[in-house]
Amino acid sequence: MKDSDKKQGKSVVNDDVLTYCLRLGDNAMVTSQRLSEWVRNSPTIELDIAFANIALDHVGQARMLYSYAGELEGKGRDEDSMAFLRDEREFGNVLLAELPNGDFAKSVLRLFFYSAWVLPLYEGLNQSNDERLAAIAGKAVLEVRYQLKHSAEWVVRLGDGTEESHKRISDALIELWQFVGELFEADEVENRLADAGIGVDPTSLKGAWDNTINDVFARANLTRPDDDWHLTGGRSGQHTEHMGYLLAEMQVLQRTYPGCEW
Amino acid sequence: MTDEARIAELEKQFDDYVEADNKAEPKDWMPEKYRKTLIRQISQHAHSEIIGMQPEGNWLTRAPSLKRKAILLAKVQDEAGHGLYLYSAAETLGRSRDQLEDDLHQGKAKYSSIFNYPTLTWADVGAIGWLVDSAAILNQIPLCRCSYGPYARAMIRICKEESFHQRQGYEIMLVLNRGTDAQKQMAQDALNRWWWPSVQMFGPPDEASPNSSHTMKWRIKRFSNDELRQRFIDQAVPQADVLGLKIPDPDLKWNDDRQAYDFGAPDWDEFFAVVKGKGPMNKARLDHKVRVWDDGGWAREAAMAHAEKESARRASQKSAA
Ligand SMILES: [Fe+2]
Ligand SMILES: [Fe+2]
Repeated sequence: MKDSDKKQGKSVVNDDVLTYCLRLGDNAMVTSQRLSEWVRNSPTIELDIAFANIALDHVGQARMLYSYAGELEGKGRDEDSMAFLRDEREFGNVLLAELPNGDFAKSVLRLFFYSAWVLPLYEGLNQSNDERLAAIAGKAVLEVRYQLKHSAEWVVRLGDGTEESHKRISDALIELWQFVGELFEADEVENRLADAGIGVDPTSLKGAWDNTINDVFARANLTRPDDDWHLTGGRSGQHTEHMGYLLAEMQVLQRTYPGCEW
Repeated sequence: MTDEARIAELEKQFDDYVEADNKAEPKDWMPEKYRKTLIRQISQHAHSEIIGMQPEGNWLTRAPSLKRKAILLAKVQDEAGHGLYLYSAAETLGRSRDQLEDDLHQGKAKYSSIFNYPTLTWADVGAIGWLVDSAAILNQIPLCRCSYGPYARAMIRICKEESFHQRQGYEIMLVLNRGTDAQKQMAQDALNRWWWPSVQMFGPPDEASPNSSHTMKWRIKRFSNDELRQRFIDQAVPQADVLGLKIPDPDLKWNDDRQAYDFGAPDWDEFFAVVKGKGPMNKARLDHKVRVWDDGGWAREAAMAHAEKESARRASQKSAA
């Protein structure tokens, strides 16, 4: 290989890792934002604490991923520039993460779907050839394991609990199911990173996800819808109409008072 | 001995016991009035922690940096935890958490009036941490030595976290005052709005609060409202100087003889009006709490129904085996 090819190869990888970190960071950031909305609004004080705790873990993940992205980019952007000064079309989170909270059943089911996906994802990344990503994922695995357990327990409680709770979580299931398929889609960036042993092939996560869902649904008396048609677009920055409001709220101070320290 | 004489003797013994700085524990005999006073005080304190989540929670989704967002999430989470420790401490006195929460929802229980003011800008989050957590610490440090064991132990844990909150709030103000004119104005405006309600957090002036002699004797309260208020002001004035902020009290002046600051009288009419429900956010805070409680009823019921089904399933498995 010629030196210039090597160099070019390296910069493609660099750009890919940057994109990948931003996507992971955006998932964490947007999830944290939605979870924060529950704090002081949930059915018990214990749940307020759990939501705050999980939201806090996600802010921590976003900060590490955004900081790393900023370093890879090398243009002096820090974690806050990534969170507060990028536009909607630049956010690469999955659509599932940005949907409005709805009722407690919908939020718990969303967190469960997300956790059952992101846990094997971080477990895989923990083995990444990129040491920095591996370290970030290693820390996140412990946090996500807790949130998967917590959300799974609630899915079972609501599915098995009362007629009303069963109906609510069944309705949520129908609403959310169309956003699940996107989780397992791969694009060129993710394929290249998977080949390089840096990223995780999203299609490889489906088996673990199915096992988790099937096991918990059996205990929760829930049935998987058989329609696998799904919406997509998050990775390429084509979001739902909800996303703009989420960002408007989140970014308001940084946008209103540009260049300030807080 | 008549029952009355016996009770009088027990009360005398109890009073001497706690006055000598001994701790009363849940299983000990205690005067009914002591129990009631503590239930009222501890549950009010718990409710304050929980209602206090609302004004700060108002900024969770708008915190201006990821670091601030993380700190604020941790703080609101702490406050919820404080509420829970305190409910547990109150429960040891014989009133259940359900009853205590119900008292709040029915509007029968009070919480700190400071939370009946709105958080209008980001600087309010700083001002609350700096001033409100400061005032809370001054009120609470003596409670770490309170005669009722479970309350004292809860307070030790809580005070540690409150001092973090105080430092973090002050740091928000510090950064704002190093910033642009707009940020400085935001900080000054927050101080202007939060100063007097914070000064009032110690309760009415001593001459207008006749009930404290009992709580002093029982070692629930150790310092008078005015003593604590003076400490708060003496501590806050140099802190405001460092920030470069002006405390909105024209009568504030160092008194060399007293070695303390003289200060103006807060508007006590406003204070009592807010205590009685006429603050800007009284209705909103309580309505919010009640709405959230009602909205979450189905989920709490589901959790209970599931737990019952589970134990029934376990029981039938056992009998089948
Ligand atoms: Fe607290
Ligand atoms: Fe606090």
